[in-house]
Amino acid sequence: MKSSSSEAVMPSSLSSRASASLADSSSQLAQTAHKPRRNDMAWRWLFRAGVSILVLWVLVPIALLMLNSVSTPEQITGWPKTLTPALSFETLDFFWHYQGVISALGNSLLAAVFTMVIAIVLGAPAGYALARFVFPGMNAYRMIIILSRAFPMPLLALPLAVIFIQVGIDDSILGLAMVHATLALPFAVLITSSLFMGIPVELEEAAWLMGCNRWQAFRRVVLPLAAPGITASAVFAFVISWNEVFASAILTVENRTLTAFLVQSLSESPAEIKYAGGLILVVPALLFLFAIRKYLFSMWGISNR
Amino acid sequence: MKHDRWLPYYLIAPSLLFMGAFFLYPFIQIFAEAFTSSDGNVGLANFTRIYQDFNFWPSLKNTLLLTGVVVPLQLVLAIGMALMVTRMNKGRDSILYIWTIPLGISDLAAGIIWLAILEQFGFLNSFLSAVSVIDAPASWLNYQNAFALFLAVVVAEIWRGTAIVLVILVSGMGLIPKEYDEAGQVFGASYWQRLWKITLPMLRPSIQSALILRTLLALEVFAVVMMLGGSDMPVLMSETFDWQFLYQQTGAAAAYAVLIMLISVVITGFYIKFLNVPKEAR
Repeated sequence: MKSSSSEAVMPSSLSSRASASLADSSSQLAQTAHKPRRNDMAWRWLFRAGVSILVLWVLVPIALLMLNSVSTPEQITGWPKTLTPALSFETLDFFWHYQGVISALGNSLLAAVFTMVIAIVLGAPAGYALARFVFPGMNAYRMIIILSRAFPMPLLALPLAVIFIQVGIDDSILGLAMVHATLALPFAVLITSSLFMGIPVELEEAAWLMGCNRWQAFRRVVLPLAAPGITASAVFAFVISWNEVFASAILTVENRTLTAFLVQSLSESPAEIKYAGGLILVVPALLFLFAIRKYLFSMWGISNR
Repeated sequence: MKHDRWLPYYLIAPSLLFMGAFFLYPFIQIFAEAFTSSDGNVGLANFTRIYQDFNFWPSLKNTLLLTGVVVPLQLVLAIGMALMVTRMNKGRDSILYIWTIPLGISDLAAGIIWLAILEQFGFLNSFLSAVSVIDAPASWLNYQNAFALFLAVVVAEIWRGTAIVLVILVSGMGLIPKEYDEAGQVFGASYWQRLWKITLPMLRPSIQSALILRTLLALEVFAVVMMLGGSDMPVLMSETFDWQFLYQQTGAAAAYAVLIMLISVVITGFYIKFLNVPKEAR
């Protein structure tokens, strides 16, 4: 079941099978086109070198950050740096006990969880509507959702800062989560809609014939099939909120999130706080993205047009 | 089922109401704030205020220059990477995962990562001194080395932002029917000919949306610059932040916000007009 649902979210023929067959056929044709063998080998090595360099280009900077966060504070500010630091948790320990870090971490988590819940609870029904119905206004709604992905949402934190004071939710994690949810909601709608499109409507119709009403059929037949994808879009909403900097730094002052904490204390906090904080920001995002990697393409791919 | 006709509207209503409250309303409000001065008069007072500030032109120049340098480089790099991906069979998924890692990294974290490398006592200087290019740790990231600072931000932005372009292009390439490329091969077209005459033109819709999205994100550059340059390299977003957060002048901050939106709209319009995608290719 799992594989069928993943195929369904990636109709853009991203399944590795399709591309493998493409590569096969092109290499067969390349051989018939009498190319000199030696030239071929050179190209293959150049290709491998290019791929390796680009892999290192992504990974090495992250590795260096990790290296910094397991160095001692003296090594971080010391000169010159070595690639073999004395493995120490002093920096992370210092970060952990630094004034305000724990509560900032808690606030970041809370904001991300709120964002996740709002985005899914509001987004998934809309995604279902886009997948299962044809209705007047559907294309207009779709356009609004697609275009809002490109809008500089964090800027909306400026007027909201004033509005939140009037409503009494200023400097609150709930208020911030509302802004993050406007960032995450369009993605939730688009991902869940491509997800539901991949689940054959016949399954639902069979459930109706057996006496289920619409909601029962959805809950018993569609939801179990869609659960992994819905989880993936929830995780993505979490990462969006976890990583967001500008709105967080504008909207939270006392109850600040980790990103707001790092930006606002930029000038006064010692270097080790930055590096340890960077590591704490990167690691969960990396783990989460690894878990949902196969859905990344349905988020950005199909929804483009 | 009779109530089915209304069901889709019930399903999209919550999200529409939410977007109305937290997107449309603040969107209108931001214009109201930008065009209302602190003494309550409607006019351009906020705009003249930010215009007269000494950081206005540098921040505008830095933002536009950064966008103009970073986005084309990212497009070329991402096209190259996407073409590599299509020719891979073994390990394709793992390499694609690694290349898309920066997509999950916050711009703040990306700034911190490159700070660790490029700061005065960082890994780059340590390396340069180990191979005897420099004698003492040089400080690159300050206003005295404006060019080096700019370059540092460019490198960090390319590192962080290319993944999104790559993802859009790779999924766009998946949509091109492979028969076109095969036909080109049958007629004896070389790899470069097929790239220029078949793949890239077919990819135009994806290139367009990648360019729009990436350009708008580049105009919003904030945390990377804050981390690497601080106040030594003002950009539009950091000015917005300073006016709002440090100087507590919400009207001026809103004026910057309106300016950023205006530039975004103009550039998007430009892309749509000049990268015109023919109807049948959509």
